[in-house]
Amino acid sequence: MGIILALQDFFYALAHQSFLLNALIVGLLAAVAGGLVGPYVVVKRIGYLGGGIAHTVLAGMGIAYFLGASPILGAFICAIIAALIIGVISLNQADHEDTLISAFWAVGMATGVLFISQTPGYATNLTSYLFGNLLLTPSGLAPLLALVVAVIGALLLFVHKPLTAVIFDDEFARLRGVPTKALYLLLLCLVAITVVILLQAVGLIMVIALLTLPSALAGHHVGSLGKMMLFASIAGGAFVFIGMGISWVSDLPSGATIVLVCGVSYFFSLLLKRLRS
Amino acid sequence: MSQPVISLDQVSFAFGTEHVLKNVSLDVQPHEFLGLIGPNGGGKSTLLRLILGLLPPQSGQVQVLGTSPRKAASQLGYVPQFARFARAFPISVEDVVLMGRLKRGRMLLPWRRRDRDSITPTLKRLGIDHLRHKPVDALSGGQLQRVLIARALAAEPRILLLDEPTASVDRDGETTLFELFSELKREMTVMVISHDLGFISDYVDRVACLNKQLIMHPTEAVTADTINQLYGEQVQMVHHHH
Repeated sequence: MGIILALQDFFYALAHQSFLLNALIVGLLAAVAGGLVGPYVVVKRIGYLGGGIAHTVLAGMGIAYFLGASPILGAFICAIIAALIIGVISLNQADHEDTLISAFWAVGMATGVLFISQTPGYATNLTSYLFGNLLLTPSGLAPLLALVVAVIGALLLFVHKPLTAVIFDDEFARLRGVPTKALYLLLLCLVAITVVILLQAVGLIMVIALLTLPSALAGHHVGSLGKMMLFASIAGGAFVFIGMGISWVSDLPSGATIVLVCGVSYFFSLLLKRLRS
Repeated sequence: MSQPVISLDQVSFAFGTEHVLKNVSLDVQPHEFLGLIGPNGGGKSTLLRLILGLLPPQSGQVQVLGTSPRKAASQLGYVPQFARFARAFPISVEDVVLMGRLKRGRMLLPWRRRDRDSITPTLKRLGIDHLRHKPVDALSGGQLQRVLIARALAAEPRILLLDEPTASVDRDGETTLFELFSELKREMTVMVISHDLGFISDYVDRVACLNKQLIMHPTEAVTADTINQLYGEQVQMVHHHH
């Protein structure tokens, strides 16, 4: 009975409070972005790289915030620069990829913290960058993110075939004339862009959850990257919706609630898969 | 004699200070079926990788189809010794085999019906048509090996290079595969690495014995002496004439 009343309350608020609907749309767009790019990340096992880029992004947000520019623009620029530098250095085998990621991760966060600390009004903003707060989503963000997600989808339609070949067996792909390095860098850029979209929903510390868990969960049940994308987008959307609902009616932080819904579902799915086999 | 399709001239290669190939010269003729044998660490896989252009020679010349290995790569079919991918990769047999059809100019957008249909004869030839929608995860070692051969053949190569293609196949499967290779030599040049000399000598035209240096033999001349020369010790030779 209580649950139904609470649900009613949430739907009523969605219908009457435009900021809540706006927040939900941004959350769902984030879920679709994560669902499209996440399967590559899970199968190629570069989740740590996604986490690294997410944390590096604080530098871009901090600098933009300090300069009075748009933090999300700073985040996009910083994420792509970080992805390309990590990718190029790692392709040239100048150092191990995980060492590089660790360096970017910490240096990026440190840079961001310093810049934010020198800007008035620091505390609230830092928290929402780190942990996300969908309810504070600026109203103009949804159309921009919708455009970015549409571009990601269209791009993947073009490159999915050779990109899969690179992730599956890069040596064979290279023999077939596939530009393997360029495609790997493109994948890292897509991960970077996705990370920035996701951090609107759950904050940069927890980005990794929406980037990998819905896709990993999808991988438990379907047998191709395409199906994983569909499954992960729908599952991620459901987690965002449920998480937001719970956080709204119980007055809990939305980012953390969404991540917990995600995590519990993932472990449940893993258990289900174990029991079945 | 026609122009060789593979031509190595005084090729040497070393990993660090460890010499793997020393002054290796080899000419392979069109439609030849060549067996390459030798001990582990003798440089067989390295030789194959030089021909594929995956490694550059440190000295000497490698020519494939009259050009550099890199330029010839799209006309080569390669079957690696081990699957380099994670077995749990979510992909079907059909999509793996289709990767052989990737090439410049047909790289972007999803595969069309026509492309998918075009691999059917190859799948049938290898007896894996019934597996085409199965995930690679569900295959046995022998089935996976056939998938990798089908992937190489889907490229419609002029030269087929196989690195121990029968390592995870049982004896009957091995016979079937070698009969297929002998049949394929009408369409292309075939070069196969094997550890099982007694077996391949029934099928191949020539045997190249590689232990850092390369010695050529016509099949009939392969004797216990050859083996001793190559391995430097008495080796049990097993022929399989049933």
